[in-house]
Amino acid sequence: MRHTISIIVANEAGELSRIVGLFSARGYNIETISVGKTLDPRWSKATVVTRGDDTTIEQIVKQCARLARVKEVKAVTTLPHIEREMALIDVSVNRGDERQEVMNLVNIFRAKVVDISHDKMILEMSGTQEKVDTFIDMLKPLAVNEVTRSGTVAITRLSALEKDTQVAERANFASFA
Amino acid sequence: MEVATQTSTKVVPAAAVPLPEFESIRGAEVLIKGLIANGVDTIFGLPGGAVLHIYDELWRYRNDLTHYLVRHEQGAVHAAEGYARATGKVGVALVTSGPGATNAVTGIATAYMDSIPLVVITGQVPSGMIGTDAFQEVDTFGITLPVVKHSYLVRNVHELEDIVNEAFYLAQEGKPGPVVIDIPKDVTAQLTEYRGEQNAALVFEAVKPAPSLESIEAVVEKILSARQPVFYVGGGVVSAGAAEELARVVDLLRVPVTPTLMGLGGFPSADPHCLGMLGMHGTYAANLAVAESDLLIAVGVRFDDRVTGKLNTFAPNAEVIHIDIDASNIGKLRKPQIPVVADAKEALAALADRFAQESLEEDRLRDWWEQIRGWQSEVPLSCEYSETEIKPQQLIETLHKVTNGDAVVVTDVGQHQMWAAQFYPLKRNRQFLTSGGLGTMGFGLPAAMGAQLACPDQTVVAVVGDGGFQMTNQEIITAVQYKIPLKVVIMNNGYLGMVRQWQEMFYDRAYSEVDLSVSPDFVKLAEAYGAKGLRATTPDELERVLKEGLEYDGVAIMDIVVSKEENVFPIVPAGGESRNMILK
Repeated sequence: MRHTISIIVANEAGELSRIVGLFSARGYNIETISVGKTLDPRWSKATVVTRGDDTTIEQIVKQCARLARVKEVKAVTTLPHIEREMALIDVSVNRGDERQEVMNLVNIFRAKVVDISHDKMILEMSGTQEKVDTFIDMLKPLAVNEVTRSGTVAITRLSALEKDTQVAERANFASFA
Repeated sequence: MEVATQTSTKVVPAAAVPLPEFESIRGAEVLIKGLIANGVDTIFGLPGGAVLHIYDELWRYRNDLTHYLVRHEQGAVHAAEGYARATGKVGVALVTSGPGATNAVTGIATAYMDSIPLVVITGQVPSGMIGTDAFQEVDTFGITLPVVKHSYLVRNVHELEDIVNEAFYLAQEGKPGPVVIDIPKDVTAQLTEYRGEQNAALVFEAVKPAPSLESIEAVVEKILSARQPVFYVGGGVVSAGAAEELARVVDLLRVPVTPTLMGLGGFPSADPHCLGMLGMHGTYAANLAVAESDLLIAVGVRFDDRVTGKLNTFAPNAEVIHIDIDASNIGKLRKPQIPVVADAKEALAALADRFAQESLEEDRLRDWWEQIRGWQSEVPLSCEYSETEIKPQQLIETLHKVTNGDAVVVTDVGQHQMWAAQFYPLKRNRQFLTSGGLGTMGFGLPAAMGAQLACPDQTVVAVVGDGGFQMTNQEIITAVQYKIPLKVVIMNNGYLGMVRQWQEMFYDRAYSEVDLSVSPDFVKLAEAYGAKGLRATTPDELERVLKEGLEYDGVAIMDIVVSKEENVFPIVPAGGESRNMILK
């Protein structure tokens, strides 16, 4: 099963390699990973997409939480959350009708044209991984030259009240696994 | 899924450190002062180019901090481990960059697998040369990454003091483990202030998690309703120093106890509730009791494959209570009915207090104990004797006799390790020091040296095989140099014995590359090192030689020639069902 895990880790040299190393050492595959600093620049948030059953994911969460510089680990997929991925797509467009077809798809998918030249367009697309996949798939009959994907980023969408419940559950976990 | 979110705000990264306002000293001196401030008086190491500034300061501080010059860096880390395992204090090793660091890796990994608190300081090439393939450069941070609890590459001398303090905290906090501090040479030469106080920018949370009242009640209820319960206790009991609490609980409950290899010493072997070791070479009664149990109370253990054998047939009918300080151990291999993330000492103390309030019937587990006593008398651990040859079990039994069972036993890895575990009954915590998780041959001799330094008033005996002995015997000279009265008993069967046993049992006796019959004369070797060398080849010499060696005022190497093709029994074949032991 696909899982998204978000990890808040110290924004220090080498800390990301510790997380990545943990995944490979324990035989977990990383499908995507993306990292950026949080509101507090001393901490970074990494979003990792991986696959595994519940036991595996529980192990990943616990193993990551053991690291000295990891502040918080969330199995995002088990919580109400929003996920997005961004892709930059380079498409060859040689004729007017091709350009029109690309524009149709761009409108349907609410993508953006970020660069255009006589024979090329660069598109920006953001959405769930599935939506990005579909967009790229739809473009394939035209000549797609190159795709760069950001990997998934995610954020939980708990209200303050719900957050309290989550914290309580976690406190329960602390003594009760 | 149970776990949605895990947080562990153990440490907040260091904030910017103010500019020096006191007298400036070298980074190397900051390091030494930091070690002393963290209670270090003993350090094992070997110098090299990248750590010259540090050794320069060590020389100036030689009255405050005793450095033991090993002959190979692996020996330094194992000695530090022996020191840590014998005391629970943090062991410290200091090595240079490149090969110094790579030689230390085996020791670091050994400590990691057994959760031993270490701080290992490695030199590094100057900051500006990192990444240029400089002389004796290696990516120590990267190489040690999978086998450390935490590690640092020090980039700024002003951070060094905080890093040293935090390293000692992390090595001991929660589940202990090794911490590596990699220091570029220029950082040790740069000037900074030494504040000499715990870094205020670091926020440390409580060290030892206690169980919740709720979880204790659940555990109590489960234990009281069980008819065939067993305590399965491991290294977590030893490292938490929970032997006394465990004894209190068992005294109240009269539940059988079986320690793992790493748990040996955590419960007295002579206690009638002790069934002996569990697992691949565990006792018949211990393995059967676990197999038949209806409740497994697992404390400070991790369901290691050498204990469980085939996982889904391990304690197949039992419900499991798992108490461990490391949440990631719980549910990793066996899903417990009651998980408790807690320090073993805290949890067992809470249980003892709670059970003290119950009025428990003396013989409420009578049927269970009758069954267990039956298994014990059916297949006891038995020592064989011969008129002409010394049997390996007999060697351990005699060692136990001549040391009154009081010695700290440090083993290497292999057959002798298992026989030592089986035939040397233990009285107290931290009396049995062994490389359990990684199974590092060569561990025994240097670890015993470190343990002897930590426990000068106790008899410390390294029990090693002729194979493992030859991996680190260069440290004999270290013991001779510093007059550490190291005692080494070589169980010499002329083979890599455990491998030979597996080849005999599982590979049609094809003895592929296990013959060590061409070995140095260990007595002459000892003498060449300036140690006492002794040899026993017949049963009638055994006791006299052991006594003479142990009574010798100095380093003694006892070469005990034992029967060559003896096997360790019982044995549960790797991955087999633990109730299917091969008994002879």
